[in-house]
Amino acid sequence: MRIPCPHCGERAAEEFSYLGDATVTRPAPDAGIDAFVDYAYRRDNPAGALAEYWYHGGGCRSWLVVTRDTRDHRILGAVDARARGAVEAQR
Amino acid sequence: MSGFRLPTGGLIDRSATLRFRFDGRELAGHPGDTLASALLANGVGLTGRSFKYHRPRGILSAGAEEPNALVELRRGARREPNSRATMVELFDGLEADSQNRWPSLGFDLMAVNGLLSPVFAAGFYYKTFMWPARFWETVYEPLIRRAAGLGRAAAAPDPDHYEKATIHCDVLVAGAGPAGLAAALAAGRSGARVILCDEGACLGGSLLSERRALGDRPAPDWAAAAEAELASLPDVRILRRTTVFGVFDHGTYGAVQRVGDHLPVPEPHAPRQRLWRIVAKRCVLAAGSLERPLVFGDNDRPGVMLAGAVRTYLNRYAVAPGRRAVVFANNDTAGAVAADLAAAGVAVEAIVDARPGSTLQQAGTRLLAGAVVTRAIGGARGLHAVEIRDAAGRPATLPCDLLAMSGGFSPNVHLTSHLGGRPVWNPGLAAFVPGDLPLGMTVAGSVAGVFDLAGCLAGGGRAGTEAAKDCGFDGGRFELPETAPEATGVSPLWRVKGGGGKRFVDFQNDVTDKDIELADREGFRAVEHLKRYTTLGMATDQGKTSNVNAIGIMAEITRRDVEAVGTTRFRPPYTPVSLGALAGHARGRDFRPTRLTPSHDWAAEQGAVFVEAGAWLRAQYFPRPGEKDWLETVSREVRQVRSAVGFCDVSTLGKIDLQGADAAEFLNRLYINTWTTLPVGKARYGLMLREDGIVMDDGTTSRLGEDRFLVTTTTANAAKVFQHMEFCHQCLWPELDVQFTSVSDQWAQFSVAGPKARALLARIVDAPFDIGNEAFPYLAAAELTVCGGIAARLFRISFSGELAYEVAVPARFGDALARRLMQAGGDLGVTPYGTEALGVMRIEKGHAAGNELNGQTTAADLGLGRMMSTKKDYIGRVLAGRPGLADPARPALVGFRPVDRSRRLRAGAHFIPQGAEATAANDQGYMTSVAFSPGLGHWIGLGLLSRGPERIGETLRACDPVRGEELAVEVVSPVFHDPEGKRLRA
Repeated sequence: MRIPCPHCGERAAEEFSYLGDATVTRPAPDAGIDAFVDYAYRRDNPAGALAEYWYHGGGCRSWLVVTRDTRDHRILGAVDARARGAVEAQR
Repeated sequence: MSGFRLPTGGLIDRSATLRFRFDGRELAGHPGDTLASALLANGVGLTGRSFKYHRPRGILSAGAEEPNALVELRRGARREPNSRATMVELFDGLEADSQNRWPSLGFDLMAVNGLLSPVFAAGFYYKTFMWPARFWETVYEPLIRRAAGLGRAAAAPDPDHYEKATIHCDVLVAGAGPAGLAAALAAGRSGARVILCDEGACLGGSLLSERRALGDRPAPDWAAAAEAELASLPDVRILRRTTVFGVFDHGTYGAVQRVGDHLPVPEPHAPRQRLWRIVAKRCVLAAGSLERPLVFGDNDRPGVMLAGAVRTYLNRYAVAPGRRAVVFANNDTAGAVAADLAAAGVAVEAIVDARPGSTLQQAGTRLLAGAVVTRAIGGARGLHAVEIRDAAGRPATLPCDLLAMSGGFSPNVHLTSHLGGRPVWNPGLAAFVPGDLPLGMTVAGSVAGVFDLAGCLAGGGRAGTEAAKDCGFDGGRFELPETAPEATGVSPLWRVKGGGGKRFVDFQNDVTDKDIELADREGFRAVEHLKRYTTLGMATDQGKTSNVNAIGIMAEITRRDVEAVGTTRFRPPYTPVSLGALAGHARGRDFRPTRLTPSHDWAAEQGAVFVEAGAWLRAQYFPRPGEKDWLETVSREVRQVRSAVGFCDVSTLGKIDLQGADAAEFLNRLYINTWTTLPVGKARYGLMLREDGIVMDDGTTSRLGEDRFLVTTTTANAAKVFQHMEFCHQCLWPELDVQFTSVSDQWAQFSVAGPKARALLARIVDAPFDIGNEAFPYLAAAELTVCGGIAARLFRISFSGELAYEVAVPARFGDALARRLMQAGGDLGVTPYGTEALGVMRIEKGHAAGNELNGQTTAADLGLGRMMSTKKDYIGRVLAGRPGLADPARPALVGFRPVDRSRRLRAGAHFIPQGAEATAANDQGYMTSVAFSPGLGHWIGLGLLSRGPERIGETLRACDPVRGEELAVEVVSPVFHDPEGKRLRA
């Protein structure tokens, strides 16, 4: 696989570590156990576009939000996780 | 069989002779030969015995699809089984042996398996070897493996080396036949970066077997001219003997280049094979097509050969595979085969064309339209005749020693389906053609279902031009040379019944049409079931010659369209890839980089024994002359530290320099304990959890300034914790003002421990720094200089339980510092100690380490529950409060000692109450760490015991069923040494 890092350009997947679903948000401290159980364990498994975390440990050390089509691995976009807010605000 | 070398022609160098041996027999060939063509030229027709029935087999094909002529190539450590004789380039001194025969190829006792064929039918091992179950491993499996095997792998380590390389290009062209050459020329002329791969030693593919001209040149000359032009283009790279074996995501292709396989041994300093990872913007797949055998009685007899292969042996290798031939086909290529045979002086008895309306014209050759070959008559000594049935149903026998058969052509769709694309059936072509293509791939030539030469060339030229254009290169062009037209009609013929004998579909796995019928009767009709039940297509040839015939026969049996039966999809690799090529240099010691500590060379000089700790090599202990075992050495090191002073390289710990206005707040959120209250110049032990509430890591963190901390992690988790911190900062709390970087490799760090540690350090710390107990108490941290101006950091922290410090200097001074400590502490009795003594002392002190931080324990399990702050949020806080993790009955850390003090404890032993049976139901926990305590004079242990801290004084059984041991142990405090902590504060 090739991941288009917004800082380094397209790089081989071995430079990255994978974490998974980037759509989950860490609950507020007082949200309760159930909310944290969902956050820690529950994941959707969509057939289609999925935003997921990739860490460019072999490069710029940035955490990226990469949108991948789970059916054919097509990469639909990649942004720096810190810029995600700005990207979402634009939509 | 009666093959022989033709007096003229062929792309071989007759001026040179190559000697080789097959089954010990000395034979000769020429440069340009394959092992297969050389064997045929020497009249060798029998090349092996079949997998299950040990039937005599000869050469079927002239290419990568060969299912029969599999040999053990080379001898000794380089012996390679299942080498396809059709793909082995002949070299002087080559040695090959036939496989799967005993005692000899001509007389094979195992051929008796053929008489037992009812037993060996599809699914036989599931049915026949059922009872008794214990016989499977001891009797049946070894028996089957001996009887039904292929070649033997070499027993010795591979003496060759392999390498890997990555390369990028605009256009990858896979296959250098007519379509591939045209594509590479078109794309190369545009200026695009082109890589052209072909599995053969010569470019040209089918052009090398062709007697027709392209324009004014013979086909092989045209191919040579194309190659010369490509070689002259600066951005075109030609990779010969290179098979593109797999398509991977995002334009990544795997290819293996056989750099030295055509030589007796690889050239000095050259790899045997090179694994290429090719990253291409576009790929033109010009993989060609494979000819299908016809399925009739005893169609596996030596002397029955694919018609295209016959043409290749005649035209490319100047070898006639027989003297009297019959051609049996269901398509229009039969004419060209007959013409080539006749031109070479081989008598053609007849063309048996299964199509009733066939109008093939071939001067001087009898055409039997609507006739079929029902059975081949022959054996180990070759083919004598074929039995036919003519259009009117009358049987006849035609004498011959060669049957050239053609059942039509199957495009090599393999690479198009590696990413999930499913080939689609084209009834007009009687072939599966590529379906959805991988992104960036186009197909050209016969892989696309184009079976005439002009069409292949034109399609290749178009595909190359387009691919280059897609990459931004507009200048692609290809001028189509003039070629004689040819007919490509075909009418499916899946099998010929009624001839007796066995009708083989999969030659390599010995699967017949009867096996397919059996699969149908037993309900294994779906194509994936058919494959697994009969093992059809599952041999090393992956069914290249058999899959489509099997699907056709299944369609016929179940009265469905071929389309309805469908096809299996292919996975990489297209042809077998050696494990050596996949491993490359990453084997043995070089499997991964070895990390050495700054004092490694010094420790080696001291005679240290090293141990692998992740990627690190660490000094485990420092034996001295006269010490009889490691235990004596380690006990001496421990006693020396506890009575005088010792030091240990702890540079492998992860070190992270953390800065920023919110650094303390960041740590507050990462660790269960509080950091905002830590004064500058102080160190504190910290514990971090995963979000699920389980302990992730521990270590001391020192505050070097108001907004600067030095975080340490365990050796094993250094990278993981750093990545976790990056995640927390970048994804969870980007608003925090912190920056951090790993400085693990920048600092050499030594633990200096023992009652004389201060006296030793006082000799290297530069004045006026005061390391007295008042000025630099327990848990103090400072930046200072040592040894006359070397920047250093000093931390008063203790893992051993003694008065102890950790001193850090820039990594380049680590070696010098170790030497200085030894020198300066000579009169104090200083000793270096290794990880083993370190471990003994931490167990004596009851500190948790890797064995306890095992991904299953909570802070409370480790007796550190009180560190969990209730005044702030942190990672893992909420889920650590889950009922399962907060259960007071969970196993928790306590110490153990044997009731009989002379007994040795064992890590991994499980705790069972006295009088209870040693079963999982009565399991109350397990021993995590054990050590022999030199101070106490007996073994001690740490372990996780249900409600452990409440059970101090209780006696239990420590059961070790793996070693068959059991002994009584007493539950004690985990702190065996200096429970009041007086020594570390001294």
